[in-house]
Amino acid sequence: MLINNPDNVTKDNDVFPICLRTSNLENSSSLQTYLSVGGYKQIQRILKEKISPEKLIEEIKISGLRGRGGAGFPTGIKWSFIPNDSAGIKYIVCNSDEGEPGTFKDREIIKKNPHQLIEGMTIAAYIMGAQVGYNYIHGEIWEEYESFEKALAEAKKANFLGKSICGLNFDFELYAFHGYGAYICGEETALIESIEGKKGQPRFKPPFPATYGIYGRPTNVNNTETYATIPWIMQNGGESFANIGVENSGGTKIFSVSGHIEKPGNYEIPMGMPFKTLLELSGGVWKGRKLKAVIPGGPSTPVLPAAEIMKATLDYDGLKNSGSSVGAGSLIVMDETTCMVTTLKRLSYFFYEESCGQCTPCREGTGWVYRVIKRIVDGNGKPEDIDLLLDVSKKISGRTICALGDAAAVPVLSFIKHFKDEFKYFIKNGKSMMDTNS
Amino acid sequence: MLTKITRKKIDRELKKFPIDQKQSAIIAALQIIQTENGFLTDELIAFAADYLAMPKIAAMEVATFYNMFELKPAGKYKISVCTNISCALREADDIVCHLRKKLNIDFNEITKDSKFSLKESECMGACGGAPLMTINNHKMYEFLTPQKVDQILEELD
Repeated sequence: MLINNPDNVTKDNDVFPICLRTSNLENSSSLQTYLSVGGYKQIQRILKEKISPEKLIEEIKISGLRGRGGAGFPTGIKWSFIPNDSAGIKYIVCNSDEGEPGTFKDREIIKKNPHQLIEGMTIAAYIMGAQVGYNYIHGEIWEEYESFEKALAEAKKANFLGKSICGLNFDFELYAFHGYGAYICGEETALIESIEGKKGQPRFKPPFPATYGIYGRPTNVNNTETYATIPWIMQNGGESFANIGVENSGGTKIFSVSGHIEKPGNYEIPMGMPFKTLLELSGGVWKGRKLKAVIPGGPSTPVLPAAEIMKATLDYDGLKNSGSSVGAGSLIVMDETTCMVTTLKRLSYFFYEESCGQCTPCREGTGWVYRVIKRIVDGNGKPEDIDLLLDVSKKISGRTICALGDAAAVPVLSFIKHFKDEFKYFIKNGKSMMDTNS
Repeated sequence: MLTKITRKKIDRELKKFPIDQKQSAIIAALQIIQTENGFLTDELIAFAADYLAMPKIAAMEVATFYNMFELKPAGKYKISVCTNISCALREADDIVCHLRKKLNIDFNEITKDSKFSLKESECMGACGGAPLMTINNHKMYEFLTPQKVDQILEELD
């Protein structure tokens, strides 16, 4: 369901707002509005009827919900890793550190429907027996950080957070935490380090956060959209959610559409929708131009040429079969005028800039890749540079503590795979194939 | 020295963490100090470290790791423009060229009257509103055009 631009709201069944279900209502972010759509009823019911965590986890497993931050791990299985009855403090963390280029859905949830996220996190805390939670918000979306703090205060005042929630026997404190400009903190163990007041450098796993997270305590980290889906599943049942999507991809997903598109924005749609349909919903390629390529899930997922993406459906298996991945659902649209070499240069600079510097292959490799692409763009490329780029990228991949190294290799490998001629042309002629000036 | 107001703001952040984990508030503390001072000096970083009972070097590591912190004087208005892919596809380069020309400075420079400084930024997580920029980290402006940039800058005193 769309948001930045009211023209994008359609009345048919193409869009299906779950996480963004208040977004078309007035004062969509207020507690009053959330209550008017049945908000906080699920946590009340769960606490009142003392429904067992096992039963709730079962419901989530039936829903088929998979982590919406990019990894796509089944949520129900993840939540069973933290034993509910183990002694001592446990933490629930929401990863709203959205910095993967093309991704801006969590911002929309925080801005438009923060209470559903709060209720989802509270239910998660009940299931895993956690007492404290943090929502880690990307530093650049400061206004959303501040508005989330307000939503927390509102929820606390109404006794949906804090001691004896809803007057019943469950305590949960939830706080907002802001980053301050580090993409790597979207990696869950870097995020945990950051909450501990350190540089955001990922930890070696195992141990996993489920056993050793914040301050060494069991910690569950999930994406914003994942938590925000939970109250709806509790209200309507796991099966209803699963039925919205397709096999292996239950429910809805927010797809963020950006780049060369008429109506950029967030669209919450049933999983399995053909890309073609979403392209129509979002107004088509801008300026009436032709589609050249799409990065379907943010730059850490492989780019697909127009012919491939136009055949694809937007779900885990659909995009996998097309040779890419759902990632965070961040569709970056590129029209026929796009130079793939200069685009790759910008992406490579991003990974070089954001590498935390901990692992040598990533720290050195991302800089190397960037410098080689830069020299091609500067007109000084050498014929052997294409092989060099592939070689360096392959040597970063799989040799680092976290997935940033793998992610940095993905655009290099996929851009060259699908658009090799453009790279060859640029090296031979010292200018872009898209450069029409002779 | 940290002012009383600064300390009060940091104390509010400290309530979010266990009493023996004050270091968790360092990002917030440095943000609060920078918002008041415009940029961070070694001395201010050391005050923050002392206040949170953590080693100065650990606070320095944080100040240098997160790129919204400024370790050199910034303009009264620090303009950060995202040039990452979604913004680039929507002609962020035109916005950058316009700002460079208008302010007569490049990235990481500051105008002679210290009113503006310019910074290139990585993805801000708001690509639906591309191209975009922030002023002093906390105020975001979306769907920019050169005309809109002129208007925004005119409204700043």
